[in-house]
Amino acid sequence: MRLTVNGEESELPVRPGQCLRTHLRERGWFGVKKGCDAGDCGACTVHVDGEPVHSCLYPAFRAEGRSVTTVEGLARPGGELHPVQQRFLDAQGFQCGFCTAGYLMTTAALDHELSADLPRAFKGNLCRCTGYRAIEDAVRGRCNTEEPEAGRAVGRGLAAPAGPQVVTGTARYTFDLTVEGLLHLKLLRSPHPHARIRSIDTSAALRVPGVVAVLTHQDAPDRLFSTARHEHPDEDPYDTRVLDDTVRFVGQRVAAVVAESEGAAEEGCRRIEVEYELLPFVVDPELAMAPDAPVIHPVSGSTVNAVGEVHGEVGDVAAGFAQAAVVYEEEFRTQRVQHASLETHGAVAWFEEDGRLVVRSSTQTPFLTRRALCTLFDLPEDRLRVLAGRVGGGFGGKQEMLVEDIVVLAALRTGRPVKLEYTRAEQFTSATTRHPFTVKVKAGASADGELTALQLRVVSNTGAYGNHGPAVLFHGCGESLSVYRCPNKKADGFAVYTNTVPAGAFRGYGLGQVVFAMEQVMDELARRLGIDPLEFRARNVIGPGEPMITAGGEEEDLHIASYGLDQCLDIVRAAAAEQPAHPEPELPDGWLVGEGSALAMIATGPPGGHFADATLSLLSDGRYDLAVGTAEFGNGTTTVHKQIASGALGTTADRITVRQSDTDVVRHDTGAFGSTGTVVAGKAVLQAGNALAEALLAFAAEHTGTPPEECRLETDSVRCGSGRRLALKDLHTAMVAAGRETSAAGHWGGSPRSVAFNAQWFRIAVHPDTGELRILRSVHAADAGKVMNPMQCRGQVEGGIAQALGATLWEEVRIDERGAVETAAFRRYHLPAFADVPRTEVHFMETSDAIGPLGAKSMSESPFNPVAPALANALRDATGLRFTRLPLTRDRIWQQLAEAAEAGATANTEARGDDPQLPTVQG
Amino acid sequence: MDLHTVTESGPVHWAEPWRPGDAWLGGGTYLFSEPQPWLRRLRDLSTAGWPPLTERPEGLEIAATCTVAQLSRLVLPDRWAHNQRLVEQCCRSFLASFKIWNMATVGGNLANALPAGPMISLTAALDGVCTLRAMDGSERRVRVTEFVTGDNRNVLGEGELLRAVTLPDAALRQRTAFRRASLHEHGRSAALLIGRTDPADGSLTLTITASTVRPVRLWFPLHPGAAQLRAAVEAAVPRGEWFDDIHGLPEWRRHMTLRLAEEIRWELREPGELREPGELRDAAEERGEACG
Repeated sequence: MRLTVNGEESELPVRPGQCLRTHLRERGWFGVKKGCDAGDCGACTVHVDGEPVHSCLYPAFRAEGRSVTTVEGLARPGGELHPVQQRFLDAQGFQCGFCTAGYLMTTAALDHELSADLPRAFKGNLCRCTGYRAIEDAVRGRCNTEEPEAGRAVGRGLAAPAGPQVVTGTARYTFDLTVEGLLHLKLLRSPHPHARIRSIDTSAALRVPGVVAVLTHQDAPDRLFSTARHEHPDEDPYDTRVLDDTVRFVGQRVAAVVAESEGAAEEGCRRIEVEYELLPFVVDPELAMAPDAPVIHPVSGSTVNAVGEVHGEVGDVAAGFAQAAVVYEEEFRTQRVQHASLETHGAVAWFEEDGRLVVRSSTQTPFLTRRALCTLFDLPEDRLRVLAGRVGGGFGGKQEMLVEDIVVLAALRTGRPVKLEYTRAEQFTSATTRHPFTVKVKAGASADGELTALQLRVVSNTGAYGNHGPAVLFHGCGESLSVYRCPNKKADGFAVYTNTVPAGAFRGYGLGQVVFAMEQVMDELARRLGIDPLEFRARNVIGPGEPMITAGGEEEDLHIASYGLDQCLDIVRAAAAEQPAHPEPELPDGWLVGEGSALAMIATGPPGGHFADATLSLLSDGRYDLAVGTAEFGNGTTTVHKQIASGALGTTADRITVRQSDTDVVRHDTGAFGSTGTVVAGKAVLQAGNALAEALLAFAAEHTGTPPEECRLETDSVRCGSGRRLALKDLHTAMVAAGRETSAAGHWGGSPRSVAFNAQWFRIAVHPDTGELRILRSVHAADAGKVMNPMQCRGQVEGGIAQALGATLWEEVRIDERGAVETAAFRRYHLPAFADVPRTEVHFMETSDAIGPLGAKSMSESPFNPVAPALANALRDATGLRFTRLPLTRDRIWQQLAEAAEAGATANTEARGDDPQLPTVQG
Repeated sequence: MDLHTVTESGPVHWAEPWRPGDAWLGGGTYLFSEPQPWLRRLRDLSTAGWPPLTERPEGLEIAATCTVAQLSRLVLPDRWAHNQRLVEQCCRSFLASFKIWNMATVGGNLANALPAGPMISLTAALDGVCTLRAMDGSERRVRVTEFVTGDNRNVLGEGELLRAVTLPDAALRQRTAFRRASLHEHGRSAALLIGRTDPADGSLTLTITASTVRPVRLWFPLHPGAAQLRAAVEAAVPRGEWFDDIHGLPEWRRHMTLRLAEEIRWELREPGELREPGELRDAAEERGEACG
């Protein structure tokens, strides 16, 4: 087919059913992204003869003779950026950047009318990271970045170093590479919720032209592992095989076909014949705990199918309830939610010339994945390298080894490079989700508003495999309880196996689910006591000097090393009291208006240690090289690490190159999870920076004969005394000549830990006859300690709020009665779009942490947690009804209001029948 | 997405017989959006060369291959001008954005026969008639309301294709009112209603889509009262037959349909009608119930 791409005309064959996106990527235009592969997300937007289209839906053969422009062709010849690219750079209208090419190509095609109506213009573009404010800023031409002077980058809005690559489509994500001789892997998946595999006949599959190998449970190592990745592997249950002879959910891997093309691999999957022996199954976690429930995995505890349990009591809750003036009890439920990172799971493996295996994966944990793969396949660590390119979003979903095991098995078996890229449907049916929780809270308070007892019963549904189940349950019952002062606390929790898609790590790690319940209970208790809910919280939250006590007691390495919760509550108080800066939209009659808030506390890292190494080196050209283990997926840690390092070295961030997320560049890194990118890896960077600065200054002093206290690092030199400057490249030469080390290492073990705080406030309006809910104003207070990069941190907070609003108002992975996922595409699973997300006023507290680097605390997971309860509390305020189940879609809001009105009307009629004197209830 | 089982694709050759695994390719926005393992050959209708939009005295002929973008850009002549807005409202009712409009076709939307298909709503409400063409070249005409028979079901036989849909002049001349409900701002339609009133005789035609599996058309010889309208909707769609999928609970769709129907009735009322005492009572009852 003859085709002109970005001005280059060429003739290459197309396959009859190929979409234009694949064709362009095969020609090396990797800026065109595969996000959903179904026309919903817009990441593949290109211009065909000047018209914007989704290239994943565009039949490639129809492009014959046409001219295509991709993001790589947007800049002018010579490299001058297109104005839209420059604006996205100036505003930093991206985080992971996977969706960015689609936004650029769409924005560049907007006419005047659509530019004025961005909610409609961006119907066909999804961003999971930003919450859209930064994208709007970009389209509107606002500049959010700063260019701090040498040594002064900390606390400033430094731009992300990868920005120029992101906006030109040259940033390289997991699959943006060409590997010679690559084989493609596709997975046959179980149609049954629970079955034993009696036999698998692969002969017909092997006869498909292009099929190289078919792998079944007979090819898999006979050992168990956990897909969850933690520093201490024993935290997670070993219940998973690479390929198992028993399947436990619809969508589980049964066999893998490795072939010369994706098409052949798919055809091979269709030709495999499997004979199953069906087993009884259970999809409801309460039923799964019944003594006669089908056993999904044998467990060590006494409760059937409970892979993890939490039981604890401090004080005496029975006595506490007896003392209470008011006791309130309610059960809350959260639903299954998908991470929906725009880049799916996947990995590419190949062999280096010396036979060492390299795995390039979309992962948050390259080092822990290497460790697990080495254990699984008996490989020495020096025979396996795991690395990540730029990762297209994680949100916890990639703190999991979901694909690397089978890719490595296929590579070892065939001796050839192998790639597995999950489809969007597989992300929903066969990756992981947020844990659905049922949380029953019983709480008592005295008449003057002091908590007397708090009791939790938590059941989390971990699905068919345990992975993060026990740890998520434990964390869920942690800071949610310990943020409140109460003499009597009790918790009973169960993480339960069911025959459903496994749940896994997800932003907030269990806390958000329990906070959704706890913060509504606090609101309700306050209302019943006639106390303002915010004042009730202020009376009962722990103060800066108080212990943090869960139902299991205190966690020994957790400290309040800075306290901004009082300031958070002040922000919410002020928001409720003041008139908004911008007038709120006028509402027609009939809308109900309400306000609500919620708070959340989170530890600034996971328990039990989280390790990071960093190495900083002075290079021969006088620039610096920083090696860190942690991955970059839009969280902005690379920017922060550069800021910290440039601060320590008195230079500008552009003089530091960062190498990262590769088991070859540092000794070890636990990974980019648990909100540790700044507080753990950043602390290692700070140590390395300080150590290198000290070494450079000491040598410069000695070399020039200047007293050490008169030496100072500058942008590209050391100032020695008043008159002399030693260029860094000369310093390097001198140090090498003297046999001195020009590198320094830093290390941090992630303990002790501090806590961060967040509070969210909403004013909402709801229409009782349609269920429509509008957010009139949204205010968020974040205590992130000393904020390293306010621009980026604001983006993290906004993105967290947007993702939480998705989980509060729209998103739900639905399953049928056999546990099969029904919502396996973005048009059936509604991610918050541009039109859906309100702008939030984000406030940072004035605190400085005694543990975190330069006073910083984590701020990546925690903004998510108070959002759902704040919204539900506002809805309670508006309607008088308590909404206990998520998501709060229009139809469900309407239904609950309609049912309440009907019950009210019935009660009213009956009451009037009995006693005509009773007043009429307002409908 | 790539359709790996397709072994042949290209221009239509009318003489070529229909084989299992064949599909007519319209815009491709549905076919390429989901796995189609049964598919072997794509027969590209965009090469047929049909003029997208043809204005005739008797009405507007929209070729099946007319893209949504072409329809959206069409400027209607004066006699039909007050339905310019309706056309745009229906285009905007696509869950998909303006970029998809550049590829998606009117015929594809009709043939896909999804309850929320906005081109079905538009053409059903304007008394559209489909021209279907069989492999032997013979043609038959079917009303849009009969063309769609259920969720993702239509009357097309094997190899038969949708050639065009024609909107009659009489319907295009009439005043219309549009209402839509969705779970989200700019989301997929959960209920889409279009009312049309004939100034000559005061009759009202109400077409319900999205909340039902196929278009439901109600005709009132005289402008109905609220209670009459409600009774007609409830009789036409019994409880249990409201569309049930993830885009809205059936009970809510029913409620929204009744609410939107009443809004349309109100918008299209004749001047002076308000003053009829029965009418006022009806409306008041309706509002009272709605707020209760």
